[in-house]
Amino acid sequence: MSLESPRRGLTAVDLSLIASFAALIAALGLPGALTVGGTVPITLQTLGVMLAGSVLGWRRGMLAVITFLALVAVGLPLLAGGRGGIAVFVGPSAGYLIGWIIGAGVIGWIIERHRPPIPTWWFALANVTGGIAVIYAIGIPVQAFITQTSGVVATAVAAVVYLPGDAVKVVIASLVAAGVHRAYPQLLPGSGQPSRRAREQDG
Amino acid sequence: MIGIYYPGTSWLHRAPPGLKLVMLLLFTTTIVIFRSLPVLAGAALLIFIAYTLARIPMGLALTQLRPLRWIVLLLMAFQWWLLGWERAIEIVGTLVLAVAAAALITLTTTTTAMLATLERMLTPARFIGVDIEKVALVLTLTIRVVPVIADIVGSVRDARRARGLERNARAFVTPVVIRTVGYSHDLGDALIARGVGD
Repeated sequence: MSLESPRRGLTAVDLSLIASFAALIAALGLPGALTVGGTVPITLQTLGVMLAGSVLGWRRGMLAVITFLALVAVGLPLLAGGRGGIAVFVGPSAGYLIGWIIGAGVIGWIIERHRPPIPTWWFALANVTGGIAVIYAIGIPVQAFITQTSGVVATAVAAVVYLPGDAVKVVIASLVAAGVHRAYPQLLPGSGQPSRRAREQDG
Repeated sequence: MIGIYYPGTSWLHRAPPGLKLVMLLLFTTTIVIFRSLPVLAGAALLIFIAYTLARIPMGLALTQLRPLRWIVLLLMAFQWWLLGWERAIEIVGTLVLAVAAAALITLTTTTTAMLATLERMLTPARFIGVDIEKVALVLTLTIRVVPVIADIVGSVRDARRARGLERNARAFVTPVVIRTVGYSHDLGDALIARGVGD
């Protein structure tokens, strides 16, 4: 059980992590950030969304995605392909962008339900649920509404176009998140408690 | 960082961002609710006049719609086949006009002015416990941090190439995220040293 109240304010390091992961989502959308399999470039921004949730937990993960989208909305061309501005929030992929926020939150929420050390398969479960299921569940109906297409057709299109890439991203995000939590065991809220208590007993 | 803003002195450039956002909301709602050919023709004329008055070059205006080209083509063909050409034009037209109108707002408003408007719009959220100063800090911090993280991505990519690990995605992403977290801790310390945040 956490000693601190769950509604504690965000510390300076929390604010920095939120800003840095918002920036990471942006950096992963820059041209040439990464090509998987040699030649085919895939958009890595959803990988950034999965990492924000998996590494930072639900609250800071969601805030990182919201920060990123707020900067896109005010006119910075931070989405893959140099897109940005309010236009992307009235276009066909608007639902996916909103889905990123909820998706990162769901990923972080699932991650925080497991006691550390969190196994890699748990990260994979969280990323499939939040990073694929939740994002599609919001993105597809919105796209179907904007394009006035029946939901089934939009589903098929979305699955064919994005699913293989997203599956790869789930694997990468889960392996990386597990590694990062090994390097920084106190990243998640609550996981820092035992060592902090130990430190107090030492002092 | 360079935004999508196109400098100018037109009425649209000078109008308060909040007013422009309200107009966009009204415009988009109207064309979605009254989705019909005459309404869309009027809306298209309105958008054309607005772009002309704002002195946005034709090429730049079309660039804003470029990301839509494939979905417009597919959607047009599909809905024409399914619902006939009139409905197809209504659906595609609504989408294109909404995006064109939104892009016009972004083209005629500086990022700084839009950011200030966003922060003002958030003021009522104070009452549900949102710390507006922290929101503003994180937003400006992120703009500063994007080049730093982009540098990390670049240097890790070069290192990976030097070791011949180009195809190993994990060997790329793990160091990027670890260095991002490390950088955040340094940045957090720097903020505390300046009495910000905590």
